[in-house]
Amino acid sequence: MTLLTAAFLTALLAGAITAGIPLLLAGLGEQLSEKTGVLNIGIEGMMLAGAYLGFLVAWKTDSVFLGFVGGAGGGMLVAAIMALLCVRFGLNQIVIGIALTLGAEGATAMLHYFQFAQTYPRLGAISSLPIPLLADIPVLGPALFNRPPIVYIALLLVAVFAYVYRKTYWGIALQAAGDKPAALDSSGVSVLGIRSVAVLLTGALVGLGGGFMAIVGAGIFVPFMTNGNGFIGIVLAMLARGRPLWVLGGAALFGACLSLTTALQVAGVDIPTDVIQMLPFAAVMGVLVMLGRKANLPSALGAAYVRGAR
Amino acid sequence: MTLSSQPADDAEPLAKPIVSLKSVTKRFPGIVANDSISIDFFPGEVHVLLGENGAGKSTLVSMLSGLQQPSEGSIAVDGTEMPIASPQKALSLGIGTVFQHSMLVPSLTLIDNVNLGGSWWKTPDREAIAKRMEETALSIGVEVNPAAITSSLSLGEQQQAEIVRALMRGSRFLILDEATAMLTPKDAEKLGQLMRRLVAQGLAVIFITHKLNEAVAYGDRISVLRLGRKVGALGPDELKSLGPEAATKEIIRLMFGSNGNQAAETTRAAGSARPLVTATDPLLEILALEVDDDSVPVTGIELKIGAGEIVGIAGIDGNGQKQLSEALAGQRPVKNGRIYLDGQPIEDLPIGARRHRGLRYVTDDRLGEGTVGAFPVSINLLLKQIGEAPFWRSGIEQGGAIAENARKQVKDYDIRTPDIETPAGKLSGGNIQKLLLARELTGSARAVIFAKPTYGLDLNNIAASRRRIREAADGGKAVIVLSTELDELIELSDRIAVMSQGRIVGIVENDGDARQKIGEFMSGVAA
Repeated sequence: MTLLTAAFLTALLAGAITAGIPLLLAGLGEQLSEKTGVLNIGIEGMMLAGAYLGFLVAWKTDSVFLGFVGGAGGGMLVAAIMALLCVRFGLNQIVIGIALTLGAEGATAMLHYFQFAQTYPRLGAISSLPIPLLADIPVLGPALFNRPPIVYIALLLVAVFAYVYRKTYWGIALQAAGDKPAALDSSGVSVLGIRSVAVLLTGALVGLGGGFMAIVGAGIFVPFMTNGNGFIGIVLAMLARGRPLWVLGGAALFGACLSLTTALQVAGVDIPTDVIQMLPFAAVMGVLVMLGRKANLPSALGAAYVRGAR
Repeated sequence: MTLSSQPADDAEPLAKPIVSLKSVTKRFPGIVANDSISIDFFPGEVHVLLGENGAGKSTLVSMLSGLQQPSEGSIAVDGTEMPIASPQKALSLGIGTVFQHSMLVPSLTLIDNVNLGGSWWKTPDREAIAKRMEETALSIGVEVNPAAITSSLSLGEQQQAEIVRALMRGSRFLILDEATAMLTPKDAEKLGQLMRRLVAQGLAVIFITHKLNEAVAYGDRISVLRLGRKVGALGPDELKSLGPEAATKEIIRLMFGSNGNQAAETTRAAGSARPLVTATDPLLEILALEVDDDSVPVTGIELKIGAGEIVGIAGIDGNGQKQLSEALAGQRPVKNGRIYLDGQPIEDLPIGARRHRGLRYVTDDRLGEGTVGAFPVSINLLLKQIGEAPFWRSGIEQGGAIAENARKQVKDYDIRTPDIETPAGKLSGGNIQKLLLARELTGSARAVIFAKPTYGLDLNNIAASRRRIREAADGGKAVIVLSTELDELIELSDRIAVMSQGRIVGIVENDGDARQKIGEFMSGVAA
């Protein structure tokens, strides 16, 4: 196989990370919402809002950091609507989620048309932060340890959430809100409060993922650029059964598939590009068929909490 | 069972109640769940709230635990009136509730369930909590495994853990809502002893149940609720002087009332003009019937019902009546045993085939499985015949035939509807019941099962429903009436079977002292 050169593998792995980080953030965000019982179908829209606002802020201020802040803010903006309508007012989570996604697609496409469609502004390459020693490992080094700081932060978040879920009162409350909200309520903790905070944080995480796609991944904003990443995040969260580390594993797998798509195309492998581009989605379906049956979701998932209702 | 902390009988009025209900009324749209109820709860006492389903016990509990607010009246804690605005407020006042359905998060350990109310920024000290939990459990004489995942524990163990949790949170007023309903008899007895130990430590315990024997065995004071009203109470001195047997009789009188008797007696007299059925060949025969169910498996049902006979099935709600009636109707698989209709086995037949043989089921879930609310009255009258001639031909609706059938039934059964095209969901409960009766009683009905036929109806519709049931029997049908209203069964039935925990625990001829015998079977006294 002439395909398996060090350069190819490095590119493949680096691509997997670039493609996987937005999935990881989307998956972690969705997991947080789902833990508390909110089926957050709107994350595709939150992601897109994050991508748009992240790019806009980064471009206007010329600051990558502020760009990411803007991305998280964009996601939270959409999440705030979700929290208000679905958690506070108890409206149907699926309907609102789809509406938010469609709304965000329309809004960002329109804004793009007015702001960027003539000029197509681009961001410069993002400076990376090599980690001493580790960055010198062949193949792994350049792919994993010579990346922008946001990559390390995203990976660190996996550990943070694993700790929060297992070791803190907040983690307990999150799980109770999704599994038996009435029990949490009768213990004197506000179910709606816990769920609202979780949905807002989901928006921040997912928006960061969107911002990553625009700022680090593409360096440009184009309409519909999240391209189903949010939905794959929902699948990841469902398969991970509440465990952040599993989200990481899933994100790596799907990221590799996405990256392989590009790599195979670049390498000029003689397979129709349509088939190659199908790969990540075929992988989603394959994994779902194998593991989906076992996805035990929180028992109150998707149900609005109304005190005293049975 | 004398306890040092219990107030002496003559000093009783001086003891201060922990919690007092002062003419508390709770209204929901359409019903009054609690009607001006006043009760005092004293420390050192197990106070039993007794009542049938729908008597208003659960509503009372949800107001005490802060889940709901009274519409009128007030609740005083330690003599001071204050609203119990939230569950948190209830906890801070020392009111702990163990609900009928577990309030533990199944996927968490017991330790983390204790941790539920912790400040979110803190990290729980699981070891210390486990230790405290074990100590608390020990002090009331139970054992818990704090590290166990809740869903791996039995219901009895979960309940003990909930009581321990309530004590750890500083509860001095413990509400046990239908606490024994889901427990095995052995676990229920353990819980009873635990209640006695708790009050010996000076706590107040409210024990909600509908089992008379438990009330008499563990209660210091008993309040009886009926249709949202407090209809009577027995204090500690009365309970003691009466003794268990006389107390049970008195409670049965309070629970099931004697007001309905006169009406029942007169209609019964008129009804008995109907020749009493002698043991001819049974029309509907049930042999050793078993039905699977997670909560109440039904076993060993033996019943023979002759043509023109009404057999009542009495029992507290949730003792397998629904499972039995659904199995008879074909809506639930029969695990074992046989059902004969006209001598033919029908237990393997699907719903439609049983209906064609003449078996009919009038459900108590009138809006859920009985009708499709959005469909017009005319279609609801044919809901179980959709696609059949003459109302449908080659799959095409025959509007004329459907309307004609509807007009006839609306007239015959006096269904008050603006139009036959009116959606069934817009009718009143009584008229929906008439619609169901019309549908199930016309045609080739041979045996009819009525589930709670008058549940939630007003007096006129109750009378109309009962008349239909009597007419069905007079027309030579075999009739089963499942009801939680004893008066109704005594008015209608030739024989009454009593169901308890999925079994028929006794069958009595409906003669003069049937009421007493049934009450004893129900309460487990005679069993």
